[in-house]
Amino acid sequence: MEPILKARGLVKRYGKVTALDHCDFDLYPGEVLAVIGDNGAGKSSLIKALSGAVRADEGQIFLDGKEMHFSSPLDAREAGIETVYQNLALSPALSIADNMFLGREIRRSGFMGKYLRTLDRKTMGRLAREKLNDLGLLTIQNIDQPVETLSGGQRQGVAVARAAAFGSRVVIMDEPTAALGVKESRKVLELIQDVRARGLPIVLISHNMPHVFEVADRVHVHRLGKRLCVIDPKLATMSDAVALMTGAKQPEASMEAA
Amino acid sequence: MGSETRGPQGFETAIHSGPNTVAEFHQRRSVVSQLRQLLHQTPSIVPLIVLVAATIVFGIILGGRFFSAYAMTLILQQVAITGIVGAAQSLVILTAGIDLSVGAIMVLTSVVMGQFTFRYGLPPFFSVACGIGVGALIGYINGFLVARVKLPPFIVTLGMWQIVLATNFLYSANETIRAQDIETQAPLLQVFGETVRVGGAVLTYGAIMMVVIVCVLAYVLRHTAWGRHVYAVGDDPVAAELAGVQVKRILISVYVLAGIICALAGWALIGRLGSVSPTSGQFENINSITAVVIGGISLFGGRGSIIGMLFGALIVGVFSLGLGMYGTDPQWTYLLIGMLIIAAVAVDQWIRKAAA
Ligand SMILES: Nc1ncnc2c1ncn2[C@@H]1O[C@H](COP(=O)(O)OP(=O)(O)OP(=O)(O)O)[C@@H](O)[C@H]1O
Ligand SMILES: [Mg+2]
Repeated sequence: MEPILKARGLVKRYGKVTALDHCDFDLYPGEVLAVIGDNGAGKSSLIKALSGAVRADEGQIFLDGKEMHFSSPLDAREAGIETVYQNLALSPALSIADNMFLGREIRRSGFMGKYLRTLDRKTMGRLAREKLNDLGLLTIQNIDQPVETLSGGQRQGVAVARAAAFGSRVVIMDEPTAALGVKESRKVLELIQDVRARGLPIVLISHNMPHVFEVADRVHVHRLGKRLCVIDPKLATMSDAVALMTGAKQPEASMEAA
Repeated sequence: MGSETRGPQGFETAIHSGPNTVAEFHQRRSVVSQLRQLLHQTPSIVPLIVLVAATIVFGIILGGRFFSAYAMTLILQQVAITGIVGAAQSLVILTAGIDLSVGAIMVLTSVVMGQFTFRYGLPPFFSVACGIGVGALIGYINGFLVARVKLPPFIVTLGMWQIVLATNFLYSANETIRAQDIETQAPLLQVFGETVRVGGAVLTYGAIMMVVIVCVLAYVLRHTAWGRHVYAVGDDPVAAELAGVQVKRILISVYVLAGIICALAGWALIGRLGSVSPTSGQFENINSITAVVIGGISLFGGRGSIIGMLFGALIVGVFSLGLGMYGTDPQWTYLLIGMLIIAAVAVDQWIRKAAA
C-alpha cells in the first residue's frame, strides 16, 4: 500500500540545533499513527514541516505520491491536511466561531455576501456549535465569547474540533490531550476513533503511553531528530516503547523496516 | 504480547457513573467583574461615557452657547482631520503596529494634489488621484518593510516620517498655494471645505467624510473576513499564520489602506485650510495616536473598535471647544488630554485582566 503522507530525508536546523536529521515518515491510509519521543526529540518540528508551518532545509514530502512544496500552513490546509498545533494557534480575542472559521469564513449569499463580503455569522455560529457538540467536550453558552475566556482544556477542545471538522485528507494532532481532564481526554480519544471511522488517517503525538497504545495502529518512535523505528502496539509493550525512545534499548532488525 | 492493559484504564470507569453534563462555564461574578467583562466585549463604552459626561458638564457650565447645534457641529468640523487620520492610525494599531508617518503622508499628498494641478497644469481630478496614489505607495513601502523585511513598525514609520516630510519640503520648495487661486482654478481641491446647513447645524463635507470612513471601516472590521484577520494578526501573528491567515498580505494591505486614508485626509486638509501649505498638519500623527488611545484601542493590538477612536477624537474636540469657550488658558486642554491618555491606558490594562 502506498502511504498517503510520506516524507524522506527531512532536515531542519535552528541555528546550531538540528531539530530534524534526515528524518523519514510514513502515514498509511485510514490508520492512526502515533509519534512518540522524548522532549526535544523533534516531533513538533516534524509535524510542522508536514503541515507547512516550517520549511524543511532538505528533504521531500509526498501527499498521495505527489511531491508537495508547502510554503505556508494555508497551502497544507488547502491540500486537506488539518493540524492541531501544540500551542493551539487560536486568536485569544476572537470568538470561538471566528476562530473555527479563521481563513475559511463563510460569506452570506446574495448581494451582501458577493459585493459587501458580509460574513454569515449565523451559519458559522450554528456549524461551530454542531462541531463542538459532536465533540461533547463543552457546552458553549455563547459561541461568540472570546477564546481567552475559556479554560486551557476548553481551548484545546476548540482546536481539536476545528481540525477534526475540516480535515479532508489527514488530521495531525500535537499533544491534543495534554491539558485535558480524564473525561475530556476520553472524548478526544473517541473523536480520534470517529475520525478514523470516517476513513481519515490521523497522526497523534502524545506522551501518554496508555492513550498511544489504545488508539494507535502503528507507533513511530522518534529519537534525536529522526525515526528510530516503527513498532506494532499489539506486539510490543509500553516498557519497550519507553526503552526505545530513551535510548535504553536498540531496535531489533524487524522493527526498522516497518 | 504487552503486559499492560489496553483501552480505557480502570480508574476511568468512574466517568460513566458521574453526571453526564459536560464542562459548564461557572458564572460567579461580582458587579465589578461583570462591568469588566462588559468593557472587555465593548471597549468603546468607556470613551462614550467620557464623551457624554464631558458634553453634559460643559453644557451645564456654558449653557446654550455650548449646547447648540452650531457648537456641536463645530466640534465635528474641528476633529474631522484628526478623525480621518485616526481611522488610518486605528487600522495600523489594531495590527499591533504604529504609524508615525500618517501626518507627513497627509501633508505630502495635499502638496502633490496642489502642485500637480498648478505646476503641471493637470486636471484637478487627476491630481487628486495622483495624491491618493502617492499615499498608497508610501503605505505600501511601510507595509513591505514591516511585513516582509520584518522591521519594527515604530522604526520604519519614524524613518518614513522624516523622509516624507523632507520630500514634502524639497518638492514644494516651501511654497504655499493661495486659497484664491485654488478657488478660481481648481475648486475640486477645496470640495471638502464646503458646508451643508441643516437648521443651526453646519457640517463640512470633510466632517461627513470622516463619519462615513469610520462607519465603513467599522463594518469592514466587524463583518468581513479581512477585518477579522486584521484583529487576528494584531492579537497573535504566529497563531494567525498557523490558523491560515495570510499575515504578510494582511499587514501590507493595512498599511496601504492607511496611506490611502491619509491621502483623503490630505484632500480634506486643503478644504479645511483653503490653501495648500507644506507646513500644515505637523501634529496629526500625535493627535491621531491620542484619539486612538483615548478611544480605547489597545497599543498591543487586536483589541478595540474604530468607533471608540471617533469618540476619542470627539472627546479632545469637546475639551478644546469647551475650555476655549470658558476662556481658560489652552494649556489646560493639553493637561487634561494628557491625563485622559494615561487614564485610558490604565483602564485598558484593567480590562485586560478580565481575560487572565
Ligand atoms: N523555533 C525554534 N527555534 C530554535 N530552536 C527550536 C525551535 N523549535 C524547536 N527548536 C529546537 O528543536 C528541537 C526539537 O524541538 P521540537 O519542538 O520539535 O521537540 P518535541 O519533540 O516536539 O518536544 P516536546 O515533546 O517537548 O514537545 C529542540 O531542541 C528545540 O530546542
Ligand atoms: Mg512538541
